[in-house]
Amino acid sequence: MGYHAMAINQNTLTIDGKDVHFEQGQTIMDAALAAKIYIPYLCHYPGLPPSGNCRLCVVETNGKSVAACITQAQAGQRIHSNTPELNVVRKMITQMLFVEGNHICPACEKSGNCKLQAMGYYLGMHEEHFHHFNPRRALDASHPAIFLDRSRCILCDLCVRASRDVDGKNVFAIAGRGADAHLIVNTDSGKLGDSNLDRNDLAANICPVGAIMHKERGYVSPIGQRIYDQQPINEIALGEHVPEHKERDHD
Amino acid sequence: MKAGQSPGASSKTNLRRIAIDPISRIEGHGKITLLLDSDNHIHEARLHIVEFRGFEKFIQGRPYWDVPFFVQRLCGICPVSHQLAAAKAVDQLAGVDQLTPTATQLRRLLHFGQMLQSHALHFFHLTSPDFLFGFGSDPMQRNIAGVLEKHPDIAMQGIKLRKYGQQVIEAITGKRVHGTGTIPGGMNKPLTTSWRDALLADIADILQWSEQAVQLNERIHTAHSEHADFATLPSNYLSLTGGKGELEFYHGGLRARYPDGVMIFDQCDYVDYQQILREEVRAWSYMKFPYLQQLGIKQGWYRVGPLARINNCDVISTSLAEAARRRFMAFGGGGLVHNTLAYHWARMIEALHCAESIQHLLHDPDITGTDLVVEKGDRRNEGIGVIEAPRGTLFHHYQVNNEGIVTKANLIVSTTSNNQAMNESVRLVANQYLDGKEITEGLLNHLEVAVRAYDPCLSCATHALGKMPLQVELIDAEGALIHRLVKHSDGQFKT
Repeated sequence: MGYHAMAINQNTLTIDGKDVHFEQGQTIMDAALAAKIYIPYLCHYPGLPPSGNCRLCVVETNGKSVAACITQAQAGQRIHSNTPELNVVRKMITQMLFVEGNHICPACEKSGNCKLQAMGYYLGMHEEHFHHFNPRRALDASHPAIFLDRSRCILCDLCVRASRDVDGKNVFAIAGRGADAHLIVNTDSGKLGDSNLDRNDLAANICPVGAIMHKERGYVSPIGQRIYDQQPINEIALGEHVPEHKERDHD
Repeated sequence: MKAGQSPGASSKTNLRRIAIDPISRIEGHGKITLLLDSDNHIHEARLHIVEFRGFEKFIQGRPYWDVPFFVQRLCGICPVSHQLAAAKAVDQLAGVDQLTPTATQLRRLLHFGQMLQSHALHFFHLTSPDFLFGFGSDPMQRNIAGVLEKHPDIAMQGIKLRKYGQQVIEAITGKRVHGTGTIPGGMNKPLTTSWRDALLADIADILQWSEQAVQLNERIHTAHSEHADFATLPSNYLSLTGGKGELEFYHGGLRARYPDGVMIFDQCDYVDYQQILREEVRAWSYMKFPYLQQLGIKQGWYRVGPLARINNCDVISTSLAEAARRRFMAFGGGGLVHNTLAYHWARMIEALHCAESIQHLLHDPDITGTDLVVEKGDRRNEGIGVIEAPRGTLFHHYQVNNEGIVTKANLIVSTTSNNQAMNESVRLVANQYLDGKEITEGLLNHLEVAVRAYDPCLSCATHALGKMPLQVELIDAEGALIHRLVKHSDGQFKT
């Protein structure tokens, strides 16, 4: 029996030459994380349905480029992820995310806990390369405990999915298309203060950047004790927990 | 007569202009301009602040708890002072009037570290070349590299003093420059015993070097009696002092004295600063001109910073610095010391006080405590934080809306308060040393020495020391270039 046949029988694929066993129904991303292989991502979160938004997890298989988070694992796939060519593209995507918003790391309280910043470090991004958009987007501080700074939003959709699929509240949505896409709040006023978002909701705690933050805490995480002060994002990602799912509110 | 204008400067026709742009060995970027007639008589001398920072505007619309970390980016030399002044305002916004003992002591320790490193940087790195080699000495030697070559002991002590101050900052904020630490109602981490012990291990040297720096200044000023006449400027003085009139950097009441030492006011609550101070705007500078409202625009300008603080206080709480203060005041004959160059002497007395205070605080059991934050109270819509920064009294004033968003900010930074005084000093030195003479680089440096005494922080930004280009042009009344002297970023002078 040849290698290919064995791989099919054993639900096995390879990532960068390493054999990876997967379970039926798993995505390439799920299989990689289960095998402790890091594929860069910003919009993926274990346990939440994938969205394929950020495109950082694009890998190559059988001559095609596919997003690992939304592509089913298939037996015999030969996947290339950690290649110089793909990492150059990932760095460019990260640079574009930086310049599309106002990501002023030195004065952002998410600094050190920010996945976008950590991704920049991981990919060796030393400058933004592209011209800054310097967008002027509304800041919503109407909620008593949470504020929304849209100028830092990277449209990863995590808050949308967390609120809908875990919190059962559907507080957030992405409106508009292409360059006009933006995060909105599903209330008549469009204000976060009129929503039923709670400070303990997953949606209030899942933002990978500084767009959805708890109010009035300031820089409570000391330098040296922040998430990415301890370990780089490729190590942290392998230990990311799966959130507890709640029953959806169908009323 | 406007500030910086010499008598008889009624017309600018047929005058030539000399610009020192930028001024070197200060923090940030400014320029000095002179208007001279054909006999080289000075008709106008001005210090221009040519940068526009705009922090007051662009922190509008930001959450108030962000503010300390936005505004600390004003400066790479004294970010801690901006962070602490803003943090005091933020405490008020968060409804907090009293911090825990540990949080208070940590902030004070942090500020002493800040003051020590900034003062050391200014005296040793930026100013000591003027005193050790002479104001008009060879500019190739008149820099910290020259001091390292000719006076390595002094230079290394300065470098190590600064390093120590930065280590104090790092111990509390996680970084030597632009760290974090303050949060609404307290601090974000305790001082570890390992950091405390490491800092204590070096404090004896720091004390010794700080004391030697004071002694060096005493020798310089007693050996050079001409310094007493250099830009000497009787002025009003403003600073915070403690409740007992003691030298105080972190928290106190506002005190101001007339030039003869008589008190203008004392222990004024700084939240009422708007009743005490006004700011005048002039067309030729981005820096405002504050004055004491009680005395009016013409008479109300004042000086802040080390000279003001030592002149203003009645006592210093640490013994070595208090002894140094007494010698300093005796040098002034019992009255206030108006000698502008005495700023440096006063600065080193303060550095000594910082070293002693750091030692005391490191031995305080509260300093390694873990009770760091108090519960926030009812949020308020206005917060005013005032602190004595290395360069003088620093005012941060914020108004926020009910959602916690900053709607208005007003910052009066220390150098702004010294704006009028620096202009007066430039005018005095221009008239005293340059008037009627052929202008040379050495004479122009006298103007810079006068400005440098105030340790102005013009941009409040980090920059590469010694790489500041300088270009001085002599242009005749018709606008034709007569002479040009250029200092390139490699330090080379070329015509």
